[in-house]
Amino acid sequence: MRFASYETEGFYDEMFESGGRPRQHAQLLLETIEGLSEGQLLRYKTSAEQVLLQMGITFSVYGDSAGSERIFPFDLVPRIVPADEWDRIERGLCQRIHALNQFIDDIYHGQKILKDGAIPREVIESAASYRPQCHGLNPPRGVWCHISGADLVRDRDGSYYVLEDNLRVPSGVSYVLENREVLKRIFPNVFAGLAVRPVNEYTSKLLEMLESIAPSPSAGGHVVVLTPGIYNSAYFEHSFLAQQMGVQLVEGRDLVVSRKDVSMRTTKGLERVDVIYRRIDDDFLDPDAFRADSLLGVKGLLDAYREGRVALANAPGNGVADDKVIYAYVPEMIRYYEGEDPILPNVPTYLCWRDADRQYVLDNLEKLVVKAANESGGYGMLVGPHSTAEQRAEFAAKVRAHPRNYIAQPTLALSRVPTITGDHFEGRHVDLRPYVLYGRDIYVLPGGLTRVAMRKGSLVVNSSQGGGSKDTWVLAAQPGGSQP
Amino acid sequence: MNPAAQPLLSRVADSVYWMSRYIERAENVARFMDVNLHLALDAAPGYTNQWQPIVDTSGDRAIFLDRYRVATRENVIEFLAFDPRNLNSICACVRAARENARSVRETISSEMWEQVNSLYLLLTGDGRQVGPDDLPAFFRSVRMGCHLFEGITAATMSHNEAWQFIRLGRSLERADKTSRILDVKYYVLLPSVKDVGTPYDDIQWAAVLKSVSGFEMYRKRHGRILPDTIVDFLLLDHRFPRAVRYSISHADQALHAITGSAAGTFSCSSEQRLGQLRSELDFADVGSILLDGLHEFLDGLQTKMNTIDECVLADFFVHAPAMSAAG
Repeated sequence: MRFASYETEGFYDEMFESGGRPRQHAQLLLETIEGLSEGQLLRYKTSAEQVLLQMGITFSVYGDSAGSERIFPFDLVPRIVPADEWDRIERGLCQRIHALNQFIDDIYHGQKILKDGAIPREVIESAASYRPQCHGLNPPRGVWCHISGADLVRDRDGSYYVLEDNLRVPSGVSYVLENREVLKRIFPNVFAGLAVRPVNEYTSKLLEMLESIAPSPSAGGHVVVLTPGIYNSAYFEHSFLAQQMGVQLVEGRDLVVSRKDVSMRTTKGLERVDVIYRRIDDDFLDPDAFRADSLLGVKGLLDAYREGRVALANAPGNGVADDKVIYAYVPEMIRYYEGEDPILPNVPTYLCWRDADRQYVLDNLEKLVVKAANESGGYGMLVGPHSTAEQRAEFAAKVRAHPRNYIAQPTLALSRVPTITGDHFEGRHVDLRPYVLYGRDIYVLPGGLTRVAMRKGSLVVNSSQGGGSKDTWVLAAQPGGSQP
Repeated sequence: MNPAAQPLLSRVADSVYWMSRYIERAENVARFMDVNLHLALDAAPGYTNQWQPIVDTSGDRAIFLDRYRVATRENVIEFLAFDPRNLNSICACVRAARENARSVRETISSEMWEQVNSLYLLLTGDGRQVGPDDLPAFFRSVRMGCHLFEGITAATMSHNEAWQFIRLGRSLERADKTSRILDVKYYVLLPSVKDVGTPYDDIQWAAVLKSVSGFEMYRKRHGRILPDTIVDFLLLDHRFPRAVRYSISHADQALHAITGSAAGTFSCSSEQRLGQLRSELDFADVGSILLDGLHEFLDGLQTKMNTIDECVLADFFVHAPAMSAAG
């Protein structure tokens, strides 16, 4: 397969300049692909999919018959991020997560930022993910956002924007690690020639971070991963991370709280647990503290946490900053807590509870992307330019009825990467989810999940909506020379 | 953290135990059916129904008759190999084994998971359309897939506590299946006194041995095909890996490795019951068993093994008071 007939069609392309010339960092990869014998890339694709199915690297599809599993579509053409671009992303993410963390700690303690009027109080108190139960909690090291995975996008001119912060239970990192394993087998010489930064240290960093938040360092931290169970869509990832870290994967029913200590039921009786990497939403974590009908959680867990007997990652309550209205204030938070301008900008956001914004949104629905403030996964969303008149009318009614629940953003012309489509390449829109760990210090995994909208023209990259993934290659800085 | 001292979750122990039992069960059912397909080719005229006894060995006679009425070859194969409503069919067993394996992927080795997953894909993928001519090959690939799983388990997983539960499950399942086939076949074959010593009788008894992969090993040990010696071999041999005594003795070893108590002692009721059964078999002789009635003996054996299974459940899988919110 060749790139001769490939068109960038006026979008920012991660591989080609607007004139159609390959970007310098993409040259070696493009040559390698064109040098493959006819049909070879498609054979690699088939065999990669076979391997993923055979290895059971699948996700469950909700609403489908019980136990239905699919492989996450995976495109073999990676996205390449040059060293200088990555450097800025990394600094931007560190700055942002540091500010967000301070914000959450402030919200559940003194609320200085509200008292100083930098953010309206009503915005916080009306957020569905705000948890009054978390007031006064003091998580170990004051860290609330241990594992996060912001979504970054690029617009037509190539500038990066933060689209979402995903502070609660971001998933997808296992695909980053598995995609890399597949591509190393397919393009060994490109890896050798390009100095791609490795990603396989992630699980060691994750374990180190989790051990660093153990309540009493002397006792040694017994770490577990808490999963909702095998029918959860991200179950593969939960078991993968537990396996790679060599820790136990537990379900709520394996844990029991007695006298404020958390233990797990083993064949030899109860064994104490110190740190829980929980992959269950706040709502389901503890039926005593949150939703009483939760069967997935552990009774009394929040009490044990409040007493400092067990550490939870991520900290309950941190989702308040995931609310899309509060997201709009993150640049303010960065100025307020860090005294700096944001390195990575937000996507401009219209807040429908402001009268002027709402009027603008209602007048321009066909140009905007409208989102529910507390949804994720591509649900509850209207992509204006791709919508019908009925859909717009439906959203207009929703916006008028519940202005606080909706925000709108301009429709960005997301950047594209060549993607195997039938027997040739076509550009497909992508975003980028880098993963950030926050324990003793802040660590950004060099790479991340590049999600790709597999349907032509589509801007929706979520796996639940037909999205796939690509490997992300972050290049190491060339020693002694300036990066092209 | 010291990985050697990592405790084993009760839920995980439960899952690996059942994963192992289901794989062993699928392998046994596939073997019984394969042998029976061959046997049907040598059947003497008038001996039409060798299929009902196969259903009887599964212990699901009533469910079968209720749904299928007649034990034809097609009905029995459908029921025992493919019927998803039959929880002991090959398909249902492999599905259950995989479901259990999936919930403990971080405990077993990746290779084990991949093998149980490919067995599952063999049954649920395009391979589901198995024509009559493909059946022998199909049963063979199920058997080989299960053997491969056992081998991979031995070679890729640390022989830790979870591994001992896998071994315990496999050994108990194996003892159960061998005792069942012996019970059913002995009962079916003995009334045909007129056939004793005929080539047909020989074929039938050889088929019993083949059903547990024991024909060649029996020949080496005892030579002539004699019902009493076959019973001795399948029940009390201490070297043949599918003999009841051998399996029970291995289950006993696995349990001692789990609890850490010395051989010949016990620390919980499952260990006590299993130890009692083991010594009973160690000191039994086939003459007195036959004199008192083989069926009665095997019936007692089944009851004891069921009790052991219940004790294992109580001793290890439902640890701590059941006070979780999950119902």
